[in-house]
Amino acid sequence: MRKLLLLSCVAATALFASGAAFANDDLITLQKDAKNWAQPAGNYNNQRYSALSQITNKNVKDLVPAWSFSTGVLRGHEGGPLVIGDVMYFSTPFPNIVYALDLNNDGKILWKYEPKQDPSVIPVMCCDTVNRGVAYGDGKIFLHQADTTLVALDAKTGAPLWQVKDGDPSKGSTGTSAPLVVKDKVLIGVSGGEFGVRGWVSAYNIADGKLAWRGYSMGPDADTLIDPEKTTALGKPVGENSSTSTWEGDQWKIGGGATWGWISYDPELNLVYYGSGNPSTWNPVQRPGDNKWSMSIWARNADTGAVKWIYQMTPHDQWDYDGINEMVLQNQGSKKVLVHFDRNGYGYTLDRVTGELLVAEKYDPAVNWSTKIDLDKSSKNYGRPEVVAKYAPGSAGEDVNYKGICPAALGSKDEQPSAYSPITELNYVPTNHVCMDYEPFRVSYTAGQPYVGATLSMYPPPGQTNMGNFIAWDAKTGKIVWSDKEQFSAWSGALATAGNVVFYGTLEGYLKAVDAKTGEELWKYKTPSGIIGNVNAYEHDGKEYVAVLSGVGGWAGIGLAAGLTDPTAGLGAVGGYAALSNYTALGGTLTVFALHK
Amino acid sequence: MHLSSLARALCAATLFSCAGAAMAEAPGDPTAVKQDDLGKWTDAKGDPTYKIEPDGNLDWFAYSGFRRYHSECHVCHGPDAEGSSYAPALKNSLKTMSYAEFVGTVVAGRQNVTTSQTNVMPAFGDNKNVMCYLDDIYVYIRGRSTGAIPRGRPAGRVDKTDKATASEKECLGLDK
Repeated sequence: MRKLLLLSCVAATALFASGAAFANDDLITLQKDAKNWAQPAGNYNNQRYSALSQITNKNVKDLVPAWSFSTGVLRGHEGGPLVIGDVMYFSTPFPNIVYALDLNNDGKILWKYEPKQDPSVIPVMCCDTVNRGVAYGDGKIFLHQADTTLVALDAKTGAPLWQVKDGDPSKGSTGTSAPLVVKDKVLIGVSGGEFGVRGWVSAYNIADGKLAWRGYSMGPDADTLIDPEKTTALGKPVGENSSTSTWEGDQWKIGGGATWGWISYDPELNLVYYGSGNPSTWNPVQRPGDNKWSMSIWARNADTGAVKWIYQMTPHDQWDYDGINEMVLQNQGSKKVLVHFDRNGYGYTLDRVTGELLVAEKYDPAVNWSTKIDLDKSSKNYGRPEVVAKYAPGSAGEDVNYKGICPAALGSKDEQPSAYSPITELNYVPTNHVCMDYEPFRVSYTAGQPYVGATLSMYPPPGQTNMGNFIAWDAKTGKIVWSDKEQFSAWSGALATAGNVVFYGTLEGYLKAVDAKTGEELWKYKTPSGIIGNVNAYEHDGKEYVAVLSGVGGWAGIGLAAGLTDPTAGLGAVGGYAALSNYTALGGTLTVFALHK
Repeated sequence: MHLSSLARALCAATLFSCAGAAMAEAPGDPTAVKQDDLGKWTDAKGDPTYKIEPDGNLDWFAYSGFRRYHSECHVCHGPDAEGSSYAPALKNSLKTMSYAEFVGTVVAGRQNVTTSQTNVMPAFGDNKNVMCYLDDIYVYIRGRSTGAIPRGRPAGRVDKTDKATASEKECLGLDK
C-alpha cells in the first residue's frame, strides 16, 4: 500500500511540476507538499485529497481532539482553514474576520484582520452570511468579503496591501465564495442569483488588484468572452449571440447565473473550470427560453477568460438547480476528465479538454424531475435532460402547485464539496435527500430586493426519514458504490486521505470517519455545533492533523432548523422529523484532531 | 410608476397614523368580523385578520400571504414562520407585536448588530412583491401565531375576487 501511495504522490508531483514553469511557482511548490493545505480545496484539481497516511482506517478509532479555537462568530461557518507551513489561516462568516494561528504555539493568534463593512449587506445574502474561505498566493492572503471587496493581506502581518470592490451590494451582489489564485491572478465569483444579479467571474492581478478580465454568465459575446467560432458546446461552435438569443428582450440583464461555487484549474491545459447558477427569477414562466448560459459548466482560459467550451446542464431552469457545485479534475487512465455532481441530481463526467459529455447518471435514486440525459449524439436533444412535465414548475402555467418533485431546490447536493481518492478511484459525495412542492408566481424586479417568485415546501422522499446520504460514486460507470444514510442533509465538504479514510461532518455536529472502500463508519466525534464546513488534513512536527470548522447555518440552517413538514401526513401536519434545533445551537469553533498517543 | 409611488405613500401613511396609537400593543382577538369589497377580513379593532370558513378553506389573502411569505420572508425567517438559525420565528414575534409595528418593521427594516449578533432586517418599502402583499403576509403570520393556520401548505382556499385581482395589478403596475 505504501508503495502505491508513493507512486500516486510521484504522479501528482509530476503533474504539477509540468505546470510549474507557467503557474505561480511558490503556490505549486506548497500544494505539492501534503503537509500543507495550500488551496481552499487542497489543490487545483479540487479533489480534496490528502496524501498523508498516518491516520488510517485501522487507527482512526484513536482520533481525539488536539486543540480547538472559538471563532467568536455565531452564524453559519462554511469553508475551512488553509495551512501554509507553521501557520493556519481561515475566515469567518460576516464580519469576515481572518485569523492567522501559530501551529508552533497551540494556535496562538499571530494576527487577526477584521474589515469594516456596512451591515446592510447582511440581508442581501440569500442564505446566511457565510464565507467559504481565504486563498494564499505570492505571500498574500486573499479575502473575498460579504460586500464583494477583495482584499490582499500580507500573510506575515495581516496588513492590507490593496483592495478592490468587485460588485454593488445595493444592487444585490454579495461575496461568499473562496478566491482561487492562478499564476499572477486571483479569481472570484459573485453571489446574488436571488436578487437578479447578472453573474460574472473576475480575475485581478495579485500584484496590484487591477482587473485583468471579467467574464459574464450571460449577455453579448463581448461580455461573456465567448467566441462564436472558437467556443464549443458539445463539440460544436456556439455561434453568435448564443446567450442573448435564448432570452426574451433584455431579461438577460437581470438574468442571474451567479458564480458562488468553487473554481478549479488545470495547469497543463491552462483552463479554469466553474459552474454558473440559476436564472432569475424562480418563476420560469416569466423568462421563456433556455436562459443561456445559466446552469452551465465553463472552461475558460486562465490568462484571458476566453471560453474554450461550455455545457448547459439544465436549460430553462424550473427548479433552482444552480450549476455552481465544484468541478473535480481527475484522470481515467490517460483521459483527463471533469466530474461534477449537480444540484439537479445528475453526476456528470466530461472530457475536460473538449467538453464532450461522457457520463450523466442520477446519484440519488429519488431524482424524478427528469428520466435521463440524452447522450445520443445524433439526437436534436443531445445533452439535454428529458423533463417530466408534471414535475416541471411552469409547464402548466404559473399559480399552480407542482408536487412531489425530487430533488428539492437545494439539490441532491449543494455547495458542500465532494472528495476523490486516486487510490480507490471513487468520488465521495455528501448529498441531500429532500423533495419539494413548488408553486411559481409573478414577481416584479426592484434592484437590491429579492427576486424569487416561488413558494416551496420541502420534505424527505415519500416513505423515508433520512434527509441525506453520504455516497461513494464510480465516475467511469456513473454508479453508486455504497451509500450511508444520514438523518439530515450531509452539508459538509468531504476529505479523502491516503490512509483509506474518508471524513465528513453532519448537521447535528458529528465529524465522521468512514472506510474509503466500504463506507463503514469507523469513528465519530460530536463538535460544539452543526458542521457545514469542509474537512482538511495537514502535518505539523511530523504529526498528521484533521481540522474542521463547526457552526451551523447556511441554507441548511433555514430549511431544516425548524424541521420539515410532511404533506403526506395530511392537512399540512408536521411530520415525525425532529428539528435540527433539538440537536445543535449556533457558534463557530475550529476543532483539530490527532491520534491519541 | 406613479401607482407604485401612491401605494408606497399609502403604506407610509398607514404606518404613521397607526403607529402613535397602537405601538407595543399585542394584537387583539383575531376573530374576523368584517369583510371589505376586495374580500379582505378585519377584526373588531379594524386590523387585518384571517378567516377560516366552516369547510376549512382559508380566505384568499391569508393563502396569498402563505405564498408571498415563502417567496420573500422564509429565506431568513424559516418555513411556516418557524424561524431559522439566525432570524426569529415570526409566529412568536407576532404574539407581542401590533399591526402597526409589523408594518413599520417591514417598511423600514431594523438592525441588531452588536459584538455578538449581526442580525439585519432589510427595508422592504421599495419592494412591490412585499408592499403589495403586506396585509396578506400579516394575516398569514397572524394565523400561524394563533395556531389557527397549521404548518405547511393550506389545504384549501377561497377564490380571489375580481376586485382583488384588479387591486393587485394596480399595485404592481401591471397592465389590464
